[in-house]
Amino acid sequence: MTPLSEAAQALCFLFILLVPFAAAGLALINAGLGRSRNAAHMMLASLCVFATAALAFVIIGFAWHGYAGGRAHAFVLGGKPWDWIAAEPFFWRGLTLDGSPASLVALLGMMSAGLAAIIPLGSAADRWRLGAACASSAIFAGWTYPLFAHWVWGGGWLAQRGYVDAGGALTIQAAGGATALAVTWILGPRRGKYTADRQPQAIPGHNAVLILLGCFLTWFGWIGLDCAGAILYTGAEVGRTVMIAANATLAGASAMLCVAGITRIRFGKTDASLCTNGWVAGLVASSAGCAVIPPAAAMIVGLVAGALVIYAVEWLEVRLTIDDPGGSISVHLIGGIWGAVAAGWFARGGQWIAQLAGIATVFGLVLPLTYGLNWVLDRYYPMRVAKEGERQGLDLHELGAGAYPDFMTHNDDHLQR
Amino acid sequence: MLVTGWIIVVAAIALLHSGALAAFLLAGFAVEAWGLVQVVRSHLIPHEEKP
Repeated sequence: MTPLSEAAQALCFLFILLVPFAAAGLALINAGLGRSRNAAHMMLASLCVFATAALAFVIIGFAWHGYAGGRAHAFVLGGKPWDWIAAEPFFWRGLTLDGSPASLVALLGMMSAGLAAIIPLGSAADRWRLGAACASSAIFAGWTYPLFAHWVWGGGWLAQRGYVDAGGALTIQAAGGATALAVTWILGPRRGKYTADRQPQAIPGHNAVLILLGCFLTWFGWIGLDCAGAILYTGAEVGRTVMIAANATLAGASAMLCVAGITRIRFGKTDASLCTNGWVAGLVASSAGCAVIPPAAAMIVGLVAGALVIYAVEWLEVRLTIDDPGGSISVHLIGGIWGAVAAGWFARGGQWIAQLAGIATVFGLVLPLTYGLNWVLDRYYPMRVAKEGERQGLDLHELGAGAYPDFMTHNDDHLQR
Repeated sequence: MLVTGWIIVVAAIALLHSGALAAFLLAGFAVEAWGLVQVVRSHLIPHEEKP
């Protein structure tokens, strides 16, 4: 790895400390977009999933994740080395937590695994059991995420071919989004979401203030994630973090304004929840190339991400009958894919092949792998809450107390069951 | 088919150059896309709601 000055190490450490704000933001967005009777469950599940993912990553995940220049297994194919998995000891043994680049990679990896593990909660909201969500996140952070992250950030075969993803548009977001898609398929839609003739019913989020507060927090956290990733994984100088923070903000802002404009034109009103999804999609899409693209390009990346989110949300819900209450698949999977494409487009020449290989890996390896692992988990430890629990609400069913004990309203009782 | 498409893409990057590389990359993506279509179709809700 590129050695860092003491000032760069300190700054990078501070940036990593901002990442949990992104997790808190996603948790608030998911809680607000879900039903009121599942709000406390969503917040606790986010915390539990982050905790489980962090532990799984430290215990076994980092052994496969590694860092550039560390121990790894490789083979030779076509005359070129193919580094496919790291070979570090379990439990972070042998890793000195002294602010060195390797220790900062380990810390950022732990935070990133937690952040990625929260993403599926948005698409599986209102029906995913707490224990199953934790078990799924342990598998994700212990195996699926570290394997892919090693290829991109740990000196693996994608990194050897010049793949660029400073802030994790594919590595964190699309991998989390692919898991969200797999879990959503396995769980099926919420009760009452689709009528017998496959028409989706609107189940609006219960708290726009939570959703929009979450939006602000993700912005804060994303700047930390992008800056820390750029310094550690692309060797960006400390001064470049100004441009990275500007790019993240511009992409998020452009995406949100694009969504606000389109929803205003299409529906006559500005849609707050779609605006939030647009904002986060802009942040996601800017992550890949944040350290190498100019601010004007970041605005274009954001505009396209915003437009993609609106149509992806509608397309997934209506045409593909995928019930994604938090918009996780549209925002993180589709936004992440677009971010990887945009990085290849706006960055530098000859980038295309590596970027395409990264996208092919998400659909060709990460999605089948995460689907298979969650499918096996579901066979032995059913992931979906019981019918009565879904009707009662996960707060009461799994936690024994609601988020809003003074306001026990079940507004969707009129929906078809 | 998703995994097969990915293997075609990776093998093309490892073993081929220029023109043939682009053709096999496209072929790999096409196989992946077809696999994705099949997965999506198999998960569409039938005209009766899932439990």
